[in-house]
Amino acid sequence: MTIMVVFTVYFLIPIWWLLVAATKERGDLTTTNALWFSDLNLVENLAATTGYGGGVLPRWLLNSVLYAGGGALLGTLLAGMCGYALAKYRFPGRELVFNVVLGGVLVPATALALPLFLLFSQVNATNTFWSVFLPSIVSPFGVYLTRIFAASAVPEELLEAARLDGSGEVRTFFTVAVRLMFPALVTVFLFQFVAIWNNFFLPLIMLRDERLFPVTLGLYTWNTQVNQVPELRLYVLTGALLSIVPLIVVFLLLQRFWRGGLGTGALK
Amino acid sequence: MTTAVVPGRRRAPRVTHKRAIAVFVAPFATLFTLFYLVPIGYAVYQSTLVVEREGTFGPPTQVFGGLAQYAQVMQSSAFWDSVLRVLLFGIVQVPVMLGLALLFALLLDSPLVRGRRFFRLAFFVPYAVPGVIAAIMWGFLYSPNLSPFRPVTQSVDLLSADLVLWAIANVVTWVFVGYNMLIIYSSLLAIPAEVYEAARLDGASQVRIAWSIKIPLVMPAIILTAIFSIIGTLQLLAEPQVFRTFSSAVTSTFTPNLLVYSTASVPNVPLAAAFSVVLALATFVLSFTFLKVTQRKAFQ
Repeated sequence: MTIMVVFTVYFLIPIWWLLVAATKERGDLTTTNALWFSDLNLVENLAATTGYGGGVLPRWLLNSVLYAGGGALLGTLLAGMCGYALAKYRFPGRELVFNVVLGGVLVPATALALPLFLLFSQVNATNTFWSVFLPSIVSPFGVYLTRIFAASAVPEELLEAARLDGSGEVRTFFTVAVRLMFPALVTVFLFQFVAIWNNFFLPLIMLRDERLFPVTLGLYTWNTQVNQVPELRLYVLTGALLSIVPLIVVFLLLQRFWRGGLGTGALK
Repeated sequence: MTTAVVPGRRRAPRVTHKRAIAVFVAPFATLFTLFYLVPIGYAVYQSTLVVEREGTFGPPTQVFGGLAQYAQVMQSSAFWDSVLRVLLFGIVQVPVMLGLALLFALLLDSPLVRGRRFFRLAFFVPYAVPGVIAAIMWGFLYSPNLSPFRPVTQSVDLLSADLVLWAIANVVTWVFVGYNMLIIYSSLLAIPAEVYEAARLDGASQVRIAWSIKIPLVMPAIILTAIFSIIGTLQLLAEPQVFRTFSSAVTSTFTPNLLVYSTASVPNVPLAAAFSVVLALATFVLSFTFLKVTQRKAFQ
């Protein structure tokens, strides 16, 4: 029990410190107790941070929501359809497809960033929204997980029954299978959302226009300028706080799903 | 492991539902090909090129150079230094992180701990912090002026050349312990209670039950987390890249991926592509070997 309490402090103190730091006036950052509030300045800080550089931070946050939210939603759908088909239909090349996709799980995403940049520059498409969005949709791990889950969670009899009722295969997937596969789909969505939200190398290589940056890349560039522009230090801290709030909200909202579903891949 | 054999249908004489299969598989397959297979092929192709110039100031042209770039990779001390650095990092950090994750998962699963919901959430929260942001936060926490732990950071320079690798290891550990803990914990939850009954009747202690029953049963989950950790370690990029602004000890060739990035910005694209290919192969071989050595089917 003592161990748990000690480590709770370890895990939560940096976040507590960030919360406190974001409420302080710039001068107080170095002079007052870093773990307790001095004069509350949070509202002013938020206003100054979101207004800095022509209000570019809200834009970054919005970009991250679009990249991660849109990418994870679409990615989960595609991975779910593919995993379902691999689990429920027999066709030549099925094992080959699955094994190639499984190999894809082991390919580090960062190893793809450079060649993706080169390919996109061939078609003059670097430094665009799509150059970051499209590659992040692909989730081999999602196919792996949904295939395993669909194989056991979607009973064949149910599909046969739907067929007898005259439901088409695609409609059956969306009305019957999706519901049964829901825990796995939420897990894939979460994994994918976090992976895209955290993604750094691909946008770093791909993007030049700061209005397209996700919030991670944006705050990184601010942080590199801290020595020249001292007020940025406070903005980086406030921005960091703003950037982790959406993820914590997503986690809390989907809590009851990831609690059960996270281990699915390892269990089977 | 699962097999996708459909019960009640022994051998499908011909493929039914061709259209549905195409509708389901084609979108993913297309994107996977475009954004996984083609880039891999293209990286391999790029890595066989060499840059040639006519005279000193002539325009550079790329011509086929066989394995010339790979010879360069083999001779690049910067590359091997960076590989050794992340291997050292991984040998220490991965066991520490997974050891902690396993310990916490076992504690959560034992009757010794109350307030499970709270601890589970508290330990998992750092996972919501992106690597870049976590690195920025810890960079400030390590700094001699801003840190809440100034007595420590002013006497020990955590950002010095000797310690910065372990300072980064702490950031990675902080972010990922809770995530790995959850994976192991949900696998512990799936063990039916009857499994423990006999042991409990025999008067086995919690430690004994954990060691002899629980750990072997969750081995596949541990192996899965280990593989993801190995891949993650070899790919280290965001955290050291951020630490470059806090510490001059982190060079532009600190990790293999930083080297890829700095080589590509020179720009020496063929060499950077060769680095990428070797790194991806090394990652693949290492995680695959690990899987084979542990000889359990965490993956299939």
